[in-house]
Amino acid sequence: MAEFISKFPILTVIYLMPLLAVISLLFINEKNHKAIKITTLLFTTISFLLSIILFLSYDFQKGGLQFVERYNWIPSIGVNYFMGVNGINVTLVLLTGIIIVTGVLASWDVNVRPKEFFMLLLTLVTGVFGVFMSYNLFLFFLFYEIAVLPMYLLIGIWGTGDKEYSAMKLTLYLLVGSAFILAGILGLYFATGLYTFDFDILEKFNYSRNFQIIFFPILFLGFGVLAALWPFHTWSPDGHASAPTAVSMLHAGVLMKLGAYGCLIIAVYLLPEGAKFWLPFVALLTIVNIVYGALGAFAQKDLKYIVAYSSVSHMGIVLLGIAAQNSTALSGSVFQMFSHGVMTGLFFGLVGMVYGRTHTRIINDMSGLAKKMPALAVFFIMTGLCSLGLPGLSGFVAEVLVFIGSFKTYPVITIICVTGIVFTAYYVLRVLQIIFYGKYDEKFEHLTDANKIEFAALFILMFFIIIFGIYPFYVMKVIHSAVLPIAQKLLMP
Amino acid sequence: MLTLLHFIILSIVLFFIGIFGVLTRRNAIGILMSLELIFNAVNINMVAFSKFLTPQEIYGEIFTIFIITVAAAESVLGLAIILAIYRSRQKIYADEMNIMKW
Amino acid sequence: MDKIFLIGFLIPSLPFLAFFIIVAFTKRFKMISALISITAIFISFILSIMIVLFQIKNPAGYLKYDIPWLYIGNLKMNIGIIINSLTAIMLLVVTTVSLLVQIYSIGYMKGDEGFSKFFAFISLFSFSMLGIVIADNLMQLYIFWELVGLCSYLLIGFWYHKPEAADAAKKAFVVTRFGDFGFLIGILIISYLAGTFDILDIENFIKSGNISEKMLLLVVILLFCGAIGKSGQFPLHVWLPDAMEGPTPVSALIHAATMVAAGVFMVARLFPIFLSSPDAMLFVAYLGAFTALFSATIALTQDDIKRVLAYSTLSQLGYMMLALGSGGYVAGMFHLYTHAFFKALLFLCAGSVIHAIHSNNIWQMGGLHKKMPITSITFFIAALAISGIYPLSGFFSKDEILLSVLHSGNKLLYYSALFTAFLTAFYMFRLYFVTFSGQGKEHAHIHESPAVMTVPLIILSVFSIFSGFIGLPDKEFSIHKFLFLDHPEKGHFDFKVAMTSNIIAGLGILFAYLVYGLKVVNADMLRKKAGIIYTILKNKYYIDEIYLFFIRKIYYTLTEAIKWFDRHIVDGAVNLVAFLCRWAGGKLKLTITGKVQNYAMYIVIGVIIVILVLYVYQPDVMNIFAEVK
Repeated sequence: MAEFISKFPILTVIYLMPLLAVISLLFINEKNHKAIKITTLLFTTISFLLSIILFLSYDFQKGGLQFVERYNWIPSIGVNYFMGVNGINVTLVLLTGIIIVTGVLASWDVNVRPKEFFMLLLTLVTGVFGVFMSYNLFLFFLFYEIAVLPMYLLIGIWGTGDKEYSAMKLTLYLLVGSAFILAGILGLYFATGLYTFDFDILEKFNYSRNFQIIFFPILFLGFGVLAALWPFHTWSPDGHASAPTAVSMLHAGVLMKLGAYGCLIIAVYLLPEGAKFWLPFVALLTIVNIVYGALGAFAQKDLKYIVAYSSVSHMGIVLLGIAAQNSTALSGSVFQMFSHGVMTGLFFGLVGMVYGRTHTRIINDMSGLAKKMPALAVFFIMTGLCSLGLPGLSGFVAEVLVFIGSFKTYPVITIICVTGIVFTAYYVLRVLQIIFYGKYDEKFEHLTDANKIEFAALFILMFFIIIFGIYPFYVMKVIHSAVLPIAQKLLMP
Repeated sequence: MLTLLHFIILSIVLFFIGIFGVLTRRNAIGILMSLELIFNAVNINMVAFSKFLTPQEIYGEIFTIFIITVAAAESVLGLAIILAIYRSRQKIYADEMNIMKW
Repeated sequence: MDKIFLIGFLIPSLPFLAFFIIVAFTKRFKMISALISITAIFISFILSIMIVLFQIKNPAGYLKYDIPWLYIGNLKMNIGIIINSLTAIMLLVVTTVSLLVQIYSIGYMKGDEGFSKFFAFISLFSFSMLGIVIADNLMQLYIFWELVGLCSYLLIGFWYHKPEAADAAKKAFVVTRFGDFGFLIGILIISYLAGTFDILDIENFIKSGNISEKMLLLVVILLFCGAIGKSGQFPLHVWLPDAMEGPTPVSALIHAATMVAAGVFMVARLFPIFLSSPDAMLFVAYLGAFTALFSATIALTQDDIKRVLAYSTLSQLGYMMLALGSGGYVAGMFHLYTHAFFKALLFLCAGSVIHAIHSNNIWQMGGLHKKMPITSITFFIAALAISGIYPLSGFFSKDEILLSVLHSGNKLLYYSALFTAFLTAFYMFRLYFVTFSGQGKEHAHIHESPAVMTVPLIILSVFSIFSGFIGLPDKEFSIHKFLFLDHPEKGHFDFKVAMTSNIIAGLGILFAYLVYGLKVVNADMLRKKAGIIYTILKNKYYIDEIYLFFIRKIYYTLTEAIKWFDRHIVDGAVNLVAFLCRWAGGKLKLTITGKVQNYAMYIVIGVIIVILVLYVYQPDVMNIFAEVK
């Protein structure tokens, strides 16, 4: 089995599956909604299962890049087909697999032009999978753009509310980020003088200190926009609020991680000197992210805005972990990417389901819903508990690791950030109380609980939150194997 | 004795007459004609340089023939467009053809 | 693995198993769920007795076993178990009370639609609480600490459709979170300094003296913050009275006997750490004494039977803190142990009354003694016990506390403790006389609760009477020989102190009898005489109002300000950029006239500019003209 897996081009297959699904969808009559959805689900499930296999068969004892696929593409300018995964990648690929399958399940009731919807969604996922696997920066950027662009149409066409504005804002914002990233990548490309985009060559090169100090912020901000680094986060609430459920799930669940991943793997890992120079400032920004995000969430009235601000707050923890520069915090940070991805996927999925029933997202218009939809309430409560860092759920492990690690580097900043857990608890419980507890209103008489498909989606997500919360040992080992080289590189004088 | 400079001066004069025509004529046909002048200025240059600098080669002359051919084809296109506009608007004043702006 | 460890792991695991089975399978079958839950806790109870018997053989010894939970790099987190006398005694308390409360709940919760859910939550709670008890490292302690908080949240909000219950649940969680915030930071600091989470290793580290006194004080106070939150010490006590919105068995189990005592237990568990910082100990003592007095005064005026008991719990927890802060390790734990029984009993009696009357207001009760004799008598016993009347259990533990305070030499604390004892006796018997004695109101249908509820009451009252005898000094079964820090103590008995406390308690009872029993003194007149003091007490010193002011006025304003800032300043900047682009486009588009000749003009101008620029900056280019010549 191991022999077979090592020969099998599993990475290519994983990211090609959604693309294959797009091609298959071309041949399906657009009126046949059921066939469209089942085809989509089928192909994404294959990707999902393969990503589980990939995760489990990654050898963390050995560490490093595995399942490498490397072919020349345009060698004269150093553009090659170079795919591989390390411990961070496998975790994030798994996350993507989880989110896309559940996202497809959660958008089962999309009946407006489903064919185009799913085609765009699948294209987006292809891009995301690709980014998490490619180790050639050209390829990386290519996939990155594939992942970012379909969002515009998805929000603009299937969104709600002020969708054109949000779609435009989000896309333009992210494209500005892309411009920075492209500039940074080209900087790396020319700085080595080797004219290659291959990651393994770029990482060995010693960039001059001045170069690092100039180019680190360019790359970090470019990716930071996507990771909702304050003050470049405002695309997130508007974008998430307008996006359809599955898109919110993918966006908050995976795309934001893509930003953090870029920050870590490209900005910090390739430019450690620049990182050491700039990261203390980033740590200051993360205070704002965490505390301000949590306080901002409290004042919001719209469920999606609340969740979006909570994402800003939680992504702050990811960035704090990156800023802390030691292996404990970095492991926590990567784990938080995973944990928050699943958690926020759940959140947006649940919000979508509640909205689909009550047709309102304003929290004060709802009350006592637990009576009519107990299953949704249980899932919502557990997700909320995960987000406020309750032990036994994955969020706790991630947060504690980040705090333990960052305490060594920035004690005062960490203490301020820990106040975030109190504020988070307050707004999460307030939302739960308002919408699920309290007096049950007669106007919700016709509401139903989660159906089987929705339940399946929620169950898959919750399963991972609980399993990784109770038994984080395995996943932490996988992550740690990849984080260690980064931490060591940062430790070097 | 005719030198290269004379030809260049001729082509410069032709060229600027052409530019002036393009910029100032209201009638689209006039513009087209001025364009031809610009082409001819270039052609004269081509032939003259070829004659004086590389007398053994005839690249300049060959190129000029190409340019004349292409220019003819272009004029045909241009006239066709102008004709089409004339049919729809009964006018061919260039400064009134501005529906392509924002 | 040693058999004793297996037992140690089984004790918390069984209730968890019960929780899992109920949630996954038997949710629909109410009685089966209850039976599963009770069986699990019953086995845990038996196993706890085995642990106690094991520990009695060698009270000074301890056993420790770790399972790796998360090892990455040089960070080690374990799920561990430590068995020593402290663990043993606490296991016994938790399993006993939990078992009795669960049996009682069969009667109390009968007919509730969330019957199975209730037992599932209670099992989850038992699991978490027992997890705290066996924890041998701070991280595990924190994990279970949060889990009991969750259970408390779920159970307070059990009747979530009641807005008050939902509010109280949220309040409880958020307020204790404040304490946990300090606790977590304390854990972070000390584990960073000591390089480990293991409690014994941290103790050794502190003994080695590699930590400055100020830092130690800071750490200990931060750790104590956790206890302030969970054990409801001032100023984070506000959640506990509101928590009485939960079902009464929950109040008895969680908010009287076990979870709120977790703070006290934590201080006891980390006692060597606390001891190493005398300033911090003094802080603990003063805060405990203040809380005890403070909540006792509030309890004097409350009308809700459960709220009176809640304030009484706060007061008693303050007592325990006072004992620990004065160095009375045994005294504090001993009082925790006796208090668990009589306070659980008081709550269950209250539950029994509420079950019959369907009201919490004591003024709607009265004359219940004849209709509910068992409840009345057991309540009476518990009230005597909490007042510290000889020879009931409360007497011994309270005596122990008074002695340790006296030994610490702080007269102020001693007298405040005595005064608190007087108030305790007074409000307990106020409660008793108003509720049970006198003329009954028109409640014809009232009758005694079923046996499933009264039997636990009787068992608990037996405990309330006799459990104190282990406090007798110089006996074989004396607690001083079982629970100690370094070496067994002899235990003391000071006749003077015992007499004083008994007389004071007696006075309190007598006074209550005169006012509410015989009604010789008019209660209304007292109320008028007290005037403003009464109003302040009745409104609980306006602490809730002050907090509400902070939350409503300051916190809400702050969050609104941030919302505004985000919308208008941060996002405004983004929109400003967009606006600038649009504005610039609006201006520049005027150059796009749609006229071919204008465009040609631009080209010509452009070419001229290029030539000029070249001419100015690179005149060499112009040499091509020279070459032509």
